[in-house]
Amino acid sequence: MSGHTSSYEPTSRWGKWWDERLPIPRMMHGQFVAFPTPRNLNYLWTFGGILMFCLIAQIITGIVLAMHYQSSDVLAFNSVEHIRRDVNFGWLIRNMHAVGASMFFIAVYIHIFRGLYYGSYKAPREVLWILGVIILLAMMATAFLGYTLPWGQMSFWGVTVITNLFSALDTIYTGLGTAIVEWLWGGYSVSGVTLNRFFSLHYLLPFVLTGIVILHIWALHVSGQNNPTGLDIKEPSESVPMHPYATSKDIVGMFAFLILFAWFVFFLPDYLGHPDNYTEANPLVTPPHIVPEWYFLPFYAILRAFTGSFLGIPLGSFAKLFGVLAMFAAVLILAFAPWLDTSRVRSAKYRPLFKWAFWAFAFTCVALGYLGSKPAEGVYVMWAQIFTVLYFLFFLVAMPVLGLIETPKKLPRSINEAVLGPDAAAAKH
Amino acid sequence: MTSHVDDANRRDFLVVAGNAFAAVGAASLIWPFVQQMNPDASAKAMASTEVDLAPVKEGQAITIMWRGKPVFVRNRTKEEVATAVEVKLTELPDEEARNGALPEATPATDANRTKQGHENWIVMVGICTHLGCIPKGQSMNDAKGDFGGWFCPCHGSHYDTSGRIRKGPAPRNLEVPPYEFVSDTKIKIG
Repeated sequence: MSGHTSSYEPTSRWGKWWDERLPIPRMMHGQFVAFPTPRNLNYLWTFGGILMFCLIAQIITGIVLAMHYQSSDVLAFNSVEHIRRDVNFGWLIRNMHAVGASMFFIAVYIHIFRGLYYGSYKAPREVLWILGVIILLAMMATAFLGYTLPWGQMSFWGVTVITNLFSALDTIYTGLGTAIVEWLWGGYSVSGVTLNRFFSLHYLLPFVLTGIVILHIWALHVSGQNNPTGLDIKEPSESVPMHPYATSKDIVGMFAFLILFAWFVFFLPDYLGHPDNYTEANPLVTPPHIVPEWYFLPFYAILRAFTGSFLGIPLGSFAKLFGVLAMFAAVLILAFAPWLDTSRVRSAKYRPLFKWAFWAFAFTCVALGYLGSKPAEGVYVMWAQIFTVLYFLFFLVAMPVLGLIETPKKLPRSINEAVLGPDAAAAKH
Repeated sequence: MTSHVDDANRRDFLVVAGNAFAAVGAASLIWPFVQQMNPDASAKAMASTEVDLAPVKEGQAITIMWRGKPVFVRNRTKEEVATAVEVKLTELPDEEARNGALPEATPATDANRTKQGHENWIVMVGICTHLGCIPKGQSMNDAKGDFGGWFCPCHGSHYDTSGRIRKGPAPRNLEVPPYEFVSDTKIKIG
């Protein structure tokens, strides 16, 4: 796949037999054993492996849960309780799956912020990055569909609110949005029909996700990994074989992550959820505060920031449409980062101004998350509007402008110089 | 090989015709798979519901189910009707009546959202036009919002006593379903 040739030599007759027919061991050896990784990767680079683990864990626990779950509006709520109380180790597997969704998002957000900080989205990794954005979207869709399945109050009203987003299209063409929403629901409101199809799609999407992940890894192995300096590997001594060097570091990172994972599974399984979801879905009563799962809160805050007026600008009947567009734009704008950023320096380590913009952006996301969990009234609305503006300013102003006006710090000549200092790097020659 | 050009034309025709045929075939095969997701016959069948209004005293409200949706029926007080009638159209974010029985672009006066001779009764689909929550305001001690009608707690939409949007992100007034008075104390929705 990439610019290095495999050093794989089959030793057994069995190995040679396969190598001439379907050389999977050769590919695995070339891509995951001998593959050159930058020698200076830090622990933030362990999240790719952690995410792979999360995906596999969600698929395995999910397949098991599907053996006990009933996707009917009458039985769904009780079948989840049945899994937790009656099914052998059902409590463990359900907790792993529910907590696993949150852990998946913790890992993916760290992975994305790492990419933003070290400029991993820039040439030649644009396609790799865009595939990542598609993975994020597929993950969000999967998580949203999955949260419907316990059929509690938050499940029901979460689905109602999110599917109703499409009715904003009525503002563009009368009846279009309503037609789409009724098509999604299979009725005139969210019902058991909706639940059943969401279960089907929730089962399907992780496999689609796996396919895109394979493309993501493929693209990664064409361009090679970025690293904290953002410099390209210029000579063989700047890289180490993936195994055992990167893999052993990955395992340390993964164990730390698993300790946190297990802590939630065993001691706080419901901490990241919402108590209202232990009340069965009731189409006649809306809970006083509908909030999505924590990982959607920043986007939810952006959606709700568009009330009748936005920072004093009246929006009238377009408020809903703008809110919906802004929420989708908040995710999709990530895909344009490779072209919005004008700087030739990748890593924020050498970009004094961008570094500030990055941390301001990180703070903005946390602030939006906090505001998304609060009721949409009073001062919260104003702050949500301010931070929504800041969120987009990072991409639309900070990224293009800082690249032009900023004087980057002096870059080291090579990864070796950054790691070993100029003298030792020279001695390597 | 004099018929060389003719052959090419014949081949083009066959390719275009063949592909067009395949495209139509593919589209007609996809259609059932799209259409199966739309509301089915059993969902469409729950068309109309009759409601007895006799037990609902002035100032009280009831919620009933119609097509899986809650419908608000409120017996408004004289003051509530008066405040609804006094509102000028220019004060409304949505100036259309949103009455299923009247044509589009009918102005959103209180009269256009109620039935003549039964002005105290307001009948509406109780689903916020923002993102589909059920607004508060049906029971006595609910929050009724800044305009004394209904208040949607999800994203803060305020509706007046005629169910018209006055403040917040909702784009439209609460929808009035098609209904008729079958007697003085009974309505048929749908």
